[in-house]
Amino acid sequence: MTQLALVIDLNVCVGCQACVTSCKEWNTSGSAGPMGDQDPYGADPTGTFFNRVQTFEVGEFPNTETVHFPKSCLHCEDPPCVPVCPTGASYKRKEDGIVLVNYDKCIGCKYCSWACPYGARELDEQQQVMKKCTLCVDRIYDMTMAADDRKPSCVKACPTSARLFGDIHDPESAVSIAIRESGGYALMPEWGTHPANHYLPRRKTRIKIHDDELERADNPLKVDRQLPRPAMNEPTLDDVTTW
Amino acid sequence: MHPAFSVIFLTTLIGAAQGLFLALFTAQSYAAFKLLPQPDAHAFYGQGSLIALVLLVAGLGASFFHLGHPERAWRSAAMWRTSWLSREVIVLPGFMGVVFLYGLAHWLNWHPVLMILPGELPVDPTAILGVAGTVLAFALFVCTGMIYACLKFLAEWHSPLTVINYILLGGASGFSLAAAFAAVTAPELVSFLSGWAVIITLLGWVGRAASLYRNARLKPKSTLQTAIGIKHPKIAQKAQGFMGGSFNTREFFHGQSVEMLRGVKWFFLIAVFPLPLVFLLSGMHGGAGLLAAAFTVQYAGLLAERWFFFAQANHPQNLYYRCIS
Ligand code: SF4
Ligand code: SF4
Repeated sequence: MTQLALVIDLNVCVGCQACVTSCKEWNTSGSAGPMGDQDPYGADPTGTFFNRVQTFEVGEFPNTETVHFPKSCLHCEDPPCVPVCPTGASYKRKEDGIVLVNYDKCIGCKYCSWACPYGARELDEQQQVMKKCTLCVDRIYDMTMAADDRKPSCVKACPTSARLFGDIHDPESAVSIAIRESGGYALMPEWGTHPANHYLPRRKTRIKIHDDELERADNPLKVDRQLPRPAMNEPTLDDVTTW
Repeated sequence: MHPAFSVIFLTTLIGAAQGLFLALFTAQSYAAFKLLPQPDAHAFYGQGSLIALVLLVAGLGASFFHLGHPERAWRSAAMWRTSWLSREVIVLPGFMGVVFLYGLAHWLNWHPVLMILPGELPVDPTAILGVAGTVLAFALFVCTGMIYACLKFLAEWHSPLTVINYILLGGASGFSLAAAFAAVTAPELVSFLSGWAVIITLLGWVGRAASLYRNARLKPKSTLQTAIGIKHPKIAQKAQGFMGGSFNTREFFHGQSVEMLRGVKWFFLIAVFPLPLVFLLSGMHGGAGLLAAAFTVQYAGLLAERWFFFAQANHPQNLYYRCIS
């Protein structure tokens, strides 16, 4: 069985909100209807988004790290939001594991949003139906698009490639490899929802440079007991001289 | 959670109606076994059912204000296999239908004997409808309670006490109403009904106190650490992704001060339990005004109780919305 999902690399997300705006642009223009905004230029703007990027500060000053945290529906493998829906408007697709809302059936009772521990669902004030990330289901199967474009809009927009998209049930997919090899994890595992989306943790990036990588031990000048010029502590151009 | 008035009125109104119906049929059963005098069926059971029906219709009407698309409400009966909300949507009209027929049979004094139970006990349609209504009344309490109790993330609700309290508090207000109603239409039943109202109110007091005690000691299962998956004791949110409000900040926060919450709690703890008990005990021997006061105070208290029930529930999604920018 296929389970499409996003894998989000918190190590490289810079919090630029490009995924937020591209998501809104793509999905508000689609056939499913607009993602309404209320009072967009007023004092208290609000509106529907499928994807939000939040920011957290981890640690204590001065040893802090800023973590940008994109959050959208995680397309849980055991979605608690689906069985509670009284109309069957919320459903999980067998063929690819995407959790969707049928806007024509939804009565806007909000019960599913209570049953999602992640706050991934938002009631659209304009259409009065429940909305959430669709994994761009209207993009990823659109054969009129170039193969490279058949990805969720957010994935295409991310300038740092922090968002990977693929089938987490295929052990050889890029997302499965990333989860396996880079310590991918799920949010709130304590509820047994088995989110399909995973996050890759922050990693410390360190390189070890050994002395002999900066200074050759077998420099022929040194073998001849001469010092290379310019001196080690003088400014040099690469390749002009080597120590 | 943000307490929605539509749901507060729905649950309290239908709870009182269910309790009232149970009170009517309890009285009828006792009378059938000759443990109570037979009241004027037309007035007491017939009009009593009408009151229950009015409350049910009012509750149902209130619930429509909760929906974004009330015109599609009929669709919500579809998923009864998995959804307690769907089950409630089916049981509620079923119960209303039975209450209607039960009241109608009494109203028309339609009492053909269908069979005789051992001990010379005649069974007429109202007895059968009464049993069906009792089953449906309890089924409706269970559905309503389970809508909340089945959400495991909302620890304050995820407990059998939620269902038990829906039964007890609905029962208490219904029996209080029945006692006040009997003071006008069937004085011989007043002490019986107010006695039961006292007992159920006392049980409700114990049940609600138990859930308050439990909720005060809950330890949230989710933390900011599990929410974003970073294992560091010090995490502070700096931005939630937008500067204005969103559905997430409106639906899941009550937005009231701690003092307000505490005030509402003490108000309902007094108005639902001790005050009605005083009125019930002093009106037990026929004080219609006192019994009406008992129900009115108790119902007002239950509105506060339900408000508090929602406000107290702390949704784990709130972990993601702690700071605006
Ligand atoms: S993240 Fe929430 S809305 Fe999405 S599938 Fe999981 S429970 Fe449902
Ligand atoms: S808001 Fe819509 S999708 Fe959600 S539970 Fe209600 S009917 Fe189902």
